Amino acid sequence: MARKLPRKDVVIIGLGWTGSIMAYELADAGLDVIAIERGPWRNTATDYPPGYAADELRYRIRHELFLSPSQTTFTFRNKMSEAALPIRSWGAFMPPNGVGGGGVHWNAETWRFLPSDFVLKTHLTERYGAGFLPDDMTIQDWGVTYDELEPHYDRFEYLCGTSGQAGNIKGKIMEGGNPFEGPRSRAYPNPPQDQPFGHTLFGKAARELGYKPFPQPSGNMSRPYQNPLGIRLGPCTYCGFCEWFGCGNYSKASPQTTVLPALVRKPNFTARDNSEVTRINVDSSGKRATGVTLVDASGDEWEQPADLVVLSAYTIFNVQLLLLSGIGKAYDPAANTGVIGRNFTHQTISDVVSFFDPAKFVFNPFIASGAIGMCIDEFNGDNFDHGPHGFVGGGYMGNVQTNGRPIETTPVPPGTPLWGAEWKKAVKENYQSAIKPGTGVHGSMYSYRDVYVDLDPTYKDRFNRPLARITMDFHDNEIKQNKFLTDKFAEIFQAMGARQVHKEYRKAPYDITKYQTTHLCGGAIMGTDPSTSALNRYLQSWDVPNLFVTGASAFPQNAGYNPTGTVAALAYWAADAIRSKYLNNPGQLINA
Amino acid sequence: MQRRTFLALAAWLVGTTSLTRATVIHNHVPWSPHPNSPPEIERLGPWQFFTLDEARAMEAIVDRIIPPDAETPGGKIAGCAVFIDRQLKGPYGSNQGLYTLGPHTKGTKQQGPQSALTHAELYRTALAALDKHCKSTQGGKSFAELDAAAQDDVLRKIESGEVKFDRVDAQGFFSALLKDVPEGFFSDPIHGGNNDMVGWKMIGFPGIRYDYRDWVNRHNERYPYPPVSIAGRADWTPAKS
Ligand SMILES: Cc1cc2nc3c(=O)[nH]c(=O)nc-3n(C[C@H](O)[C@H](O)[C@H](O)COP(=O)(O)OP(=O)(O)OC[C@H]3O[C@@H](n4cnc5c(N)ncnc54)[C@H](O)[C@@H]3O)c2cc1C
Ligand code: SF4
Repeated sequence: MARKLPRKDVVIIGLGWTGSIMAYELADAGLDVIAIERGPWRNTATDYPPGYAADELRYRIRHELFLSPSQTTFTFRNKMSEAALPIRSWGAFMPPNGVGGGGVHWNAETWRFLPSDFVLKTHLTERYGAGFLPDDMTIQDWGVTYDELEPHYDRFEYLCGTSGQAGNIKGKIMEGGNPFEGPRSRAYPNPPQDQPFGHTLFGKAARELGYKPFPQPSGNMSRPYQNPLGIRLGPCTYCGFCEWFGCGNYSKASPQTTVLPALVRKPNFTARDNSEVTRINVDSSGKRATGVTLVDASGDEWEQPADLVVLSAYTIFNVQLLLLSGIGKAYDPAANTGVIGRNFTHQTISDVVSFFDPAKFVFNPFIASGAIGMCIDEFNGDNFDHGPHGFVGGGYMGNVQTNGRPIETTPVPPGTPLWGAEWKKAVKENYQSAIKPGTGVHGSMYSYRDVYVDLDPTYKDRFNRPLARITMDFHDNEIKQNKFLTDKFAEIFQAMGARQVHKEYRKAPYDITKYQTTHLCGGAIMGTDPSTSALNRYLQSWDVPNLFVTGASAFPQNAGYNPTGTVAALAYWAADAIRSKYLNNPGQLINA
Repeated sequence: MQRRTFLALAAWLVGTTSLTRATVIHNHVPWSPHPNSPPEIERLGPWQFFTLDEARAMEAIVDRIIPPDAETPGGKIAGCAVFIDRQLKGPYGSNQGLYTLGPHTKGTKQQGPQSALTHAELYRTALAALDKHCKSTQGGKSFAELDAAAQDDVLRKIESGEVKFDRVDAQGFFSALLKDVPEGFFSDPIHGGNNDMVGWKMIGFPGIRYDYRDWVNRHNERYPYPPVSIAGRADWTPAKS
C-alpha cells in the first residue's frame, strides 16, 4: 500500500528543463510546489568537475549521465505489421535521467521555430494546395502563434544567456544574423561565440555561394553572464566535451546553471530525487487528477496528492505516463481515432564528411563547443519554393562540428579498410584535416498516420508495466527532402576546397541503432480540436483540466530545428496562462 | 506487489550503487565536498577477466586490428587487451544497465542487437571458438602462434562471414572487436589502454586540457601542447629510481 505524503498545491513530474522552469514560475506565484525526479540530484562540482568531466569512454560511449535501459526502455518496429523488439542499448536517441534532465548534457543549440511552422497546415495548403501534401501526412497547426510565443522565447534566451547574432529585430533585418527568423523584440543577451577555423571557412564559402550564413545560437557562454534570476555563468572554454557531457565550467546553460540555485532557495519548493512517478491518479469522474503515485529507489511506494499536476518527464515518458494512467483516449491508427500517441515524430538528420589536404589545412577539431558553428537557413521550413521539388519541410544546415574526441571523431575516407595498418594510417593522416559536422543537415520530420506510440503487448519494465512501443519509419517526403538538402550542403564543402566530399544521406528504413538527435516530438500534441489533440493551446489536458503537459510531446510535427527553445517558450507560455488565468478560476481554459 | 515485480525490481536495485537513495531536497542544495563518483583508475597487474590463453590471443588480435608502425606502437603495447580485460570484468562485461529481459527474438537489423549473451560471455565463447578453429585448420597452432599474415587472413575471413563459429556469431564478435579495440587505443589512459597516450599523440589530440580560449582564433595553426590525461602526465612525476 502506498503511504500518503502531505498534500501540495502542485506536483511536477520530472525536474529537467521544463520541470525546473514550471517549478520556478509556480513557486514564484506563491504555490507550494514539489518536484519528483526519477534520477539523482546532479551538481557541477560533485558530478562533472573539470578534473574528470572530459572522459569520452565514460560519458559518451557508456552513457553514464543517461537513463539505463534496465530501468525502462521502449520497443521499436518500422511497420504496424511487424513485432516490436526492445531497445536493449540506446541508439537513435538517448533519454535523459536525473535533475536537470537533458539540460545537463545537451549541446545548447538554442533555436526558435519559424512563424510559418506554427500554422504549418494552413500555410502549406494556402501556398501549394491541399493536393500537394501526401495523403497519410497528419500535420496540423499548433493553436499558438510565433507572435504569441515571442516574449517567452525571449525569456528563455535571457535566462540562458544565449550567445548569437540577431537576424531580425522587430522587422529590421540585421547583417550577419539569420534573415529568415521571425522578428525578435531585442538582440541576444550575448554576442556570438568565436568560431574555429573549419567553421569560419564554412561561413565564408557559404557567403561566396550567395547564402546568408550566421553563427548558430548557442547556450555556451561567449562571455561571463548574470541572468535575470541573479545566477552567474562563466565563459565557455571550447573544451570539446559538451554534447553528452556535463560542463565543468558553469558555462553551458542548464537548469543547474540558470534556475535551480534560485529555485532551491524558495521555502515553498521541495524536490524528491531517485523517485519515479508510476501513475497520475484521477478521481472517479476521470476528469480530475488527485496527484501521483511514485516509487523511490528503495522500492517504497508513495502517494503525493496535489491540486495541480504538471507532467514534464520528456516527450516519450509523458506519452507513456498518460497511456499508463488512462488519461485521454489512446490513438488507434487503424480507426484513426484517439489522441495519446498520435503524431509522434523525430528528426531527419544527415551528414557530409569532407577530407582536405593535410598539408594545407589544420582544423584542430578538438577546439569546439556544443553549439558552435556557422549555419544557413535558406532550405528550412518554407523558406524556399517547394513547388518544383515535390516535398515539404526542410532544415538548417551548417558546419556544427562539436568535437575531435578520438573514439567518436576519427573519420577516414570511404573505401578505407575498417582495421589494420591502412586504417591506422588514414586515421592519423586525416584527423586534423577532415570535417565531420555530425548533425550537419538538421531536417524536419512531419507526422504520419502510421507513426505513433502505444503500449507494447509483450515487453515489460521492472515494475512489470508494459513498455511504450514506437512504430516509426521514414516516409518518401522526408527521404526526398534529405536528398535535396544533403546535396546542397555538400556543395558548400566542395567550395571550401575539400578534395573528397562524402555524403551520408538519411535513408529508409528508420534505424533505431543510429544516433540522430534526442529530439523526439509529439504523442500528446497541442491544438484547437479535442478530437485531434491531447492538449489545448495552453498545454492543458482537454480531459483532465488540472493537468498540464510540457515538453516536445506537444509538437504536432517537428520542424527543422532543435526543439528546446520552443519547448521552453511553451513552458513559459503555459506557466503564464496558469498564473494569469487558471489560478483565478481553475478549470478548462478553452471551450472547444 | 507481485512476486515477479519484486524480483525484477530487486535485480535492478542490485545494479545501482549504495549511493542511490531517494532524498528530499528542501531549502538546501545537497552538495557534498567530495565528488559523487570519482573515476576508477585501472593499474597494470594480472589479467582480471581473461585466462592466460585468452590474453595471448587478445594481445595478438589487438596488434592486428591496430598494428605497430615506425612511429606509433600497436594495440598490444598501447594496452588495448588490458583495456578490454578491465571492461569485461566490469559493468560492460555483465551488460549492467542494459535491458536484458526476454523474450530474445532476432529481428530486423534496424531493431538492433537482441542477443541474450553478455559481452563477457561473447568474448569467452568466441575466443574458445577461435582457438578451436585455428588449431583445427592451422596444424594445431593457436591464433597467437600464427604469423601476422596468417592472423590477418583468419580475421578477414571472420569479418567477411566466411569463417563461422558453432555456438556464437563470429561476425558479431568481430564487430565488438572493431568497437572495443579502438576504444582501448583512444580512451583516457585511466581505463587501462592508450598507454602513455600513444593514441592521442599519434593524431595530435590534447586530451582533457579543457580550455582552448587561447587557440580558438589561431586559425590553421597547429595546437602546440602535448596531451594531458585525467591522471595527468608521466613527466609531471620525476622518475623513481
Ligand atoms: C545528447 C543530447 C543533446 C541535445 N542537444 C540539444 C540542443 O543542442 N538543442 C536543443 O534544443 N535540444 C537538445 N537536446 C534536447 C533537450 O535536451 C530536450 O529538448 C530538453 O531537455 C527537453 O526538456 P524536458 O523538460 O521536456 O525534458 P528533460 O529535460 O529531459 O527532463 C525530463 C526529466 O523527467 C524525468 N522523468 C522522466 N520520467 C519520469 C518519471 N516517471 N518520474 C519522475 N521523473 C521522470 C527525467 O529523468 C528527466 O530528468 C539534446 C538532448 C540530448 C540527449
Ligand atoms: S564546450 Fe563550453 S559550454 Fe560546453 S562543456 Fe565545454 S566549456 Fe562547457
